[in-house]
Amino acid sequence: MTRSTFAMPALLGAATVIGLVAALTGDGWRDALGWIGLAAPVAAIGWGWRRRT
Amino acid sequence: MTRGTIRGWYLVHKWTSLVCTLFLLMLCLTGLPLIFHDEIDAALGEPTVAGPASASAAPGLVPLDRLLATTLEARRGDVPLYMGFSNDGPVTTVTTGPTPAADADRMTMRTLDRVTGATAASTGFGADQGLMALLLQIHIDMLAGRWGMYFLGAMGALFVVALVSGTVLYAPFMRKLDFGTMRTGRSRRLAWLDAHNLVGIAALAWMAVVGTTGIINTLATPIQRAWQAGELAEMTRADAGRSALPPRRYTSLDKAMLAARAAFPGMNPQFVAFPGTAFSSRHHYAIFFQGATPLTQHLLSVALVDAETGALSDARAMPWYVRALSLSRPLHFGDYGGLPMKLLWAALDLFTILVLGSGLVLWLGRRRAPLAARLRELESGGRIAAPVPAE
Repeated sequence: MTRSTFAMPALLGAATVIGLVAALTGDGWRDALGWIGLAAPVAAIGWGWRRRT
Repeated sequence: MTRGTIRGWYLVHKWTSLVCTLFLLMLCLTGLPLIFHDEIDAALGEPTVAGPASASAAPGLVPLDRLLATTLEARRGDVPLYMGFSNDGPVTTVTTGPTPAADADRMTMRTLDRVTGATAASTGFGADQGLMALLLQIHIDMLAGRWGMYFLGAMGALFVVALVSGTVLYAPFMRKLDFGTMRTGRSRRLAWLDAHNLVGIAALAWMAVVGTTGIINTLATPIQRAWQAGELAEMTRADAGRSALPPRRYTSLDKAMLAARAAFPGMNPQFVAFPGTAFSSRHHYAIFFQGATPLTQHLLSVALVDAETGALSDARAMPWYVRALSLSRPLHFGDYGGLPMKLLWAALDLFTILVLGSGLVLWLGRRRAPLAARLRELESGGRIAAPVPAE
């Protein structure tokens, strides 16, 4: 139960934190990794909205 | 999770959220334009000066002593307090005041060009500096000074507790639902419930980081005082008995800078705190250096140079609690990863407003319904809606 409920939130949280730290530790590809990491939660919300019932 | 556990977390979530929501909405709304303050300042015609960085040791830059003399000539009777440098251009700021311990609203800051030595602008610290400065001040302390700032820090702490309790409640609500469930076709309340849960859990890590770093930022003054009373006092113990050094006996700042640079090769100064100010002792130039890499540029080290002799007294990295504060600034403002990052920051800020607003709507809609009915709604994933009691 808990595993499946929190699987996706944990992934999004990890992406966010990796993105925040990557962009802080450098420029160039690290900034790009930051954008991908922070785009993950935004994309997840957009995805949920698109398949609304 | 038992009914009693859920009930406890529900009440924690409800009360921490209710107390902090209006202040968090204010922080989200004022913070939104602040994300783009660089772009807005540039569009509003803030002057930008091109040339070698004033923080660098590039040849041909005007000596610091000359910038200081120019400033003090215009501000007769003042003593120098701070000098700040830029990594992007020749802009140099010199702050002066009537005494070394002067309050910020009695200080004057002049902006000089380190290529020409000319003065570009002069502003009082208390002066009106436009809409963005006002928004920033409201965001920091609601124009209520130190206690306003601590109060917002406390609201931030409640927000973090609301995030934790909301995450705990996400488990029973989603027990029989897939991630991303958005039921907009049934009732308006169910749509708000699903939006609150999806957006809240997806933006959770971002909200937790920005919330926590915001709390740390409100502690800037006590952190700086702890450093001054602890490590700085320890570094200057040998001078503890000496009386304050009068400004006329200050030695050349350029000479002091040379000694400090030798202690931190490859690094550039960010600012100088003159003797007697909040960031130095009564006998030293405290010269703060930033690292040369994107990560270490947020982490400061300090060189203390005897302001009478120009000899280096001590040089150290700042302790962990000051470093935590330094890293909290970019992580709160989101201004370190280019425009795409700022746009994502703005999107997540708007999503936070959605979480706060939907929470408020959900509470307003059923605040008179029995607690048991609201808990049943939560545990059923919204399928058994809490009834609206008859008035």
